[in-house]
Amino acid sequence: MEQIKLAIIATKGSLDWAYPPFILASTAAALGYETQIFFTFYGLQLLKKKLALEVTPLGNPGMPMPMGMDKWFPVLGMTLPGMQGMMTSMMKKKMQSKGVASVEELRELCQEAEVKLIACQMTVDLFDMETSEFIDDVEYAGAAAFFEFAGESDICLYI
Amino acid sequence: MADFDQELDASGLNCPLPILRAKKTLNAMASGQILHIVATDPGSVKDFDAFAKQTGNELMESKEDGGKFHFLIKKS
Repeated sequence: MEQIKLAIIATKGSLDWAYPPFILASTAAALGYETQIFFTFYGLQLLKKKLALEVTPLGNPGMPMPMGMDKWFPVLGMTLPGMQGMMTSMMKKKMQSKGVASVEELRELCQEAEVKLIACQMTVDLFDMETSEFIDDVEYAGAAAFFEFAGESDICLYI
Repeated sequence: MADFDQELDASGLNCPLPILRAKKTLNAMASGQILHIVATDPGSVKDFDAFAKQTGNELMESKEDGGKFHFLIKKS
């Protein structure tokens, strides 16, 4: 049986959106797929050694709020200082209590399973990001390199 | 439940951890050996079925008992 290939583009840099690429990539690797994730724009935050990912209810009416907070706080209330930090810590606690892995753990599992992690060189330059802040296994490349793998992939996801 | 060589307690863990832990445990086992997995994630029932189909490891048994899910997987 030929090895299935999965190509993922990760474009988002918030705590909630860090999950889909790492969950899918680590699971695919466990199923024996050859897997690559191409991190671009805000997705590059997911490659930092020290992750400082947050979640925000702003602009996200689909986010379930604890204790009916959405009834008590109008949208403007969510812009108050400290609100994002509070939502982030509540989300992390919730995930822990439900046995959901941390982003760090899922990322490590991806690395162990030899998921290829590729950072978009253009974004690194655009935002003047320090590559020393990224984890060690990262490769740096551009769109053509992504297509070389994605063109042969069986599944290609934009997240 | 039939005999098994190794046991993995994935109780309390949520998707995709039961699958990832099972895969890791199977990696260290020999061909033909049987892994018994205990999980509480209801999604793991379909997931272990799909895992077995795609990896070629045989899902010998899948059952619920006392609110927990039990799986027997024979390493290919």
